[in-house]
Amino acid sequence: MDPRRPPRTVIDPKVRQVGFFAAPEPIASSPPVSDISPSGNSLSPVMIPPPRHSSDAARPVLFSPVPPASPGRRDSLAPSDLFPASSPTASSPCADAECAFSPGRPLRSNSVRPAAAVTMSSSLPGRGFDLTAAVTASSVPATGLMKIPSGFSVKNAGKARNASVEVENEQGSNSKPLKEKTTKAERRAIQEAQRAAKAAAKGEGKAASVVSAAASASVNVKPHKATKAPTVAASEKKGGGGERPVEKERKKEVPPPRMQYDDTSRVEKAKRRSVVKQTEARNRVELFRHLPQYEHGTQLPDLESRFFQLDPVHPAVYKVGLQYLTGDISGGNARCVAMLQAFQEAIKDYSTPPEKNLSRDLTAKMSSYVSFLIECRPLSISMGNAFRFLKSRIAKLPLTLLESEAKASLQSDIEQFITEKIILADKVIVRHAVTKIRDGDVLLTYGSSTAVEMLLLHAHELGKQFRVVVVDSRPKLEGQRLLRRLVGKGISCTYTHINATSYIMHEVTRVFLGASSVLSNGAVYSRVGTASVAMVAHAFRVPVLVCCEAYKFHERVQLDSICSNELGDPDVISKVPGMEEINCLNNQANCGNLQPLNLIYDALPSDYVSMIITDYGMVPPTSVPVIVREYRREQLWM
Amino acid sequence: MAEVQALVNELATKLRKRKVEGSRETARLTAELLRTVISQQRVTSAALVEVVRDVGQQLIAANPVELAVGNIVRRVLRIIRDGDLSPEVGGLTLVSQGDDGDIVEEDDKPFLLSDAISQTILHPPSLVAQLESKPNLVCHFEGKAADKTPSSWQFKHQIIEGVNDLIEDINTCHELIADQSLELIHQNEVILTLGHSRTVKKFLYAAKEKKRSFQVYVAEGAPKHLGHVLANELTEKHLQTTVIPDSSVFAMISRVNMVIVGVHAVMANGGVIAPVGMNMVALAAKRHAVPFVVVGGTHKLCPLFPNNPEVLLNDMRCPSELLSFGDFSDCMDFSVGSGAALLHVVNPAFDYVPPELVSLFVTEIGGYHPSYIYRLISDYYSADDIVLQQKPAS
Repeated sequence: MDPRRPPRTVIDPKVRQVGFFAAPEPIASSPPVSDISPSGNSLSPVMIPPPRHSSDAARPVLFSPVPPASPGRRDSLAPSDLFPASSPTASSPCADAECAFSPGRPLRSNSVRPAAAVTMSSSLPGRGFDLTAAVTASSVPATGLMKIPSGFSVKNAGKARNASVEVENEQGSNSKPLKEKTTKAERRAIQEAQRAAKAAAKGEGKAASVVSAAASASVNVKPHKATKAPTVAASEKKGGGGERPVEKERKKEVPPPRMQYDDTSRVEKAKRRSVVKQTEARNRVELFRHLPQYEHGTQLPDLESRFFQLDPVHPAVYKVGLQYLTGDISGGNARCVAMLQAFQEAIKDYSTPPEKNLSRDLTAKMSSYVSFLIECRPLSISMGNAFRFLKSRIAKLPLTLLESEAKASLQSDIEQFITEKIILADKVIVRHAVTKIRDGDVLLTYGSSTAVEMLLLHAHELGKQFRVVVVDSRPKLEGQRLLRRLVGKGISCTYTHINATSYIMHEVTRVFLGASSVLSNGAVYSRVGTASVAMVAHAFRVPVLVCCEAYKFHERVQLDSICSNELGDPDVISKVPGMEEINCLNNQANCGNLQPLNLIYDALPSDYVSMIITDYGMVPPTSVPVIVREYRREQLWM
Repeated sequence: MAEVQALVNELATKLRKRKVEGSRETARLTAELLRTVISQQRVTSAALVEVVRDVGQQLIAANPVELAVGNIVRRVLRIIRDGDLSPEVGGLTLVSQGDDGDIVEEDDKPFLLSDAISQTILHPPSLVAQLESKPNLVCHFEGKAADKTPSSWQFKHQIIEGVNDLIEDINTCHELIADQSLELIHQNEVILTLGHSRTVKKFLYAAKEKKRSFQVYVAEGAPKHLGHVLANELTEKHLQTTVIPDSSVFAMISRVNMVIVGVHAVMANGGVIAPVGMNMVALAAKRHAVPFVVVGGTHKLCPLFPNNPEVLLNDMRCPSELLSFGDFSDCMDFSVGSGAALLHVVNPAFDYVPPELVSLFVTEIGGYHPSYIYRLISDYYSADDIVLQQKPAS
């Protein structure tokens, strides 16, 4: 136990206040974001407004948090492995990502918690576990719930093998809604108490601790091979019963590793399960064997022909998937909105099969949809985040809700996510960013970003006099579409290609970039070429401003663009439109020595970024983890 | 002289219309033209300098960005000046008899001779000797005297020989550069290059032929996309080649061991004029501490210092390479109150890479650091020819 930190009550702030902390309560006192005058420079350079969606407090919070992530998830092929984008944080309550492929598995194993919590709190007198207060609304998720087993598993000691079954059975009776809150200090204290308890338990018999480990594992680990898993888990964990919870806790902090496509056995497994029959590209770049690369254009006719046979996939989802596949929908926000709307449709048409739990079945269904979408195109980080949100919502549906009510609630949740996190967020970003545009500026942008486009149009509407340089690159040439729209609105534009960036940078005063995601180390994950443009801007001392909605932030870190990326169709590289005389690559394409490489994303190092403009204000890249920590928990998973 | 002028005009037209591109090709054509010009001339060295300079100015005016023209003209001038001095040493009598009494010249005489001797002994001459000597004046006074003597034929023959050597140098520089490839490329090296350069191609071929196995990333080099051509040629030699779009250069450079590129011209400060996009590659290489190696023959050495090279030493290419005309025809004539067009398309041909981003120059006479380029330039060019436009007062 930590003697220095007095036990806190629930009313205390749930996180230590470090850095940019906006107090949650005085919402009225601080200016609402919408009041910020768009033209005036009234904004302080760095400003994080308080959470705007405090209305969430009014929404009924009846459900208890979901169980935390489990260390054993690598056993199962979780969807989170497949989409590089989403990785349930350990501390995030939506950790049942790993259950995606085991529909029969009880989802709401969180309902064991009452018993466990009681055990825990009784074993830890004086640790402020105010269970009744916990029921009241609060936005901080209880995280460290992993530590149940010390008390709990002893109770189950006799049933080591069947522990998981037991736990599942229990949940029906113990479904009393409850919300727990722990501060970090408390969690640590609990951990240490458990460790002490374990050490003591070890003395009387190692069996108990083993059992506890097994029990805890089987509560939380839901490997897709349900028959084998508990024993495996038990045998695996025999070694270190004592330090188990600590390790788990630590593991929860790191996002799970992604699916690595150079691991043949896993790829085989994934293939067997897949709906879209992808053919592996023949000629792959050695450096990128860990990323999926498929022949493009081969699977589409097949999918189209099977449109009416694929009953597991909802038509709306199916349609969106095909649109991803063909590239009709691209761009982080557009893809995310399309996915969410398809899910909304799917939820509308959903009806719980008899003798099944709505939330459990629906989550499984959603996960299967997502894995279908991943097969069409790997999810972007923003989509992963959105899906995490949806899953946490489903998981937290109170059991007492009628099916129609639950569906309505989920649909409105999705609607709210789209409006608040994407549409409103963009508006706020534009309001912030427009203060950085002065008359006479020359603004450079790369590719086509919706946020930047909105910003430019808004600034133009405000009557600011500026010029835009649109930098573009092959193979997508998204900039041309942006250029057309901007010129159509009467904005003076200069168009050039990425190689000429250093020529044009002399006259540029600001660089505005969009982003696919902002990672916790400040790296900006964006369309390929962004890093080059930012690098040149940095060399010419031009400020680089990145516009990115906060829902795209992610706690993963990345140093280069190679470890995690997406590979596009390599053939478009070798075909240069309008230059047939040099398209001699085509006849050589079968030659094993020549490989076109089409990367989609780029990790832009944080030292090239001057400022990141989000819906929470304008922050330096070093503050990204602060936003991820402070706002993610409160807003996304309350 | 008319037929010579026709030839000059022909090349000038080609240059102006950018029919001749690539510094090597331009250099070769220029040298051959100058050889013809010299062989047609029946005048002595002083007049020859003037004639060559005139032709050079016409060619440079035709394409001021093609620095190789100026380089070759200067090289030829240097050959003329050198050839001019050597008979002088051989026949001291010739000089003294021709010199009919300018007092100012008298003072310079001993000085000149010693310089001439030192120059022939140390070939190429030192910078100091070049700066102190006054070959222009020598030419003038000697020109009058040496006319129609047997030595003038010998002298012209020498010059023609010199120009032939120069042409030969230009033709063979690839092989000489390629010979050094083994010293720079190790086994399993990963090399990145941008666009297409014949020198780079030969360089890589040479390493491959000597059984080095390595991997090449070729950035396609918009807007010309000549990287595809290079990639094809490399694949024919069974080199492991990966084509990447220019935008992926930053992503890939962290896994690259060396950047080898060909350039358009090397400036006196060690900076290079290169195909567009090179500055980006060089910056990325600098960021990841990847050596940035420039290969190129000495005919690319330009004795000028760059001043605002992005603008002054650049070519603007056709916008249709970026936007097809049909697509944006409705936007092109869109204009606001000021009457200015809303849409501009910028398509420069060249990029300037400052010397601090270049790690090494590999020329046919060896590898050099950018800071040493000034010395090579003083070896190859006469100090009087550096500014070609400025005509002597006489």
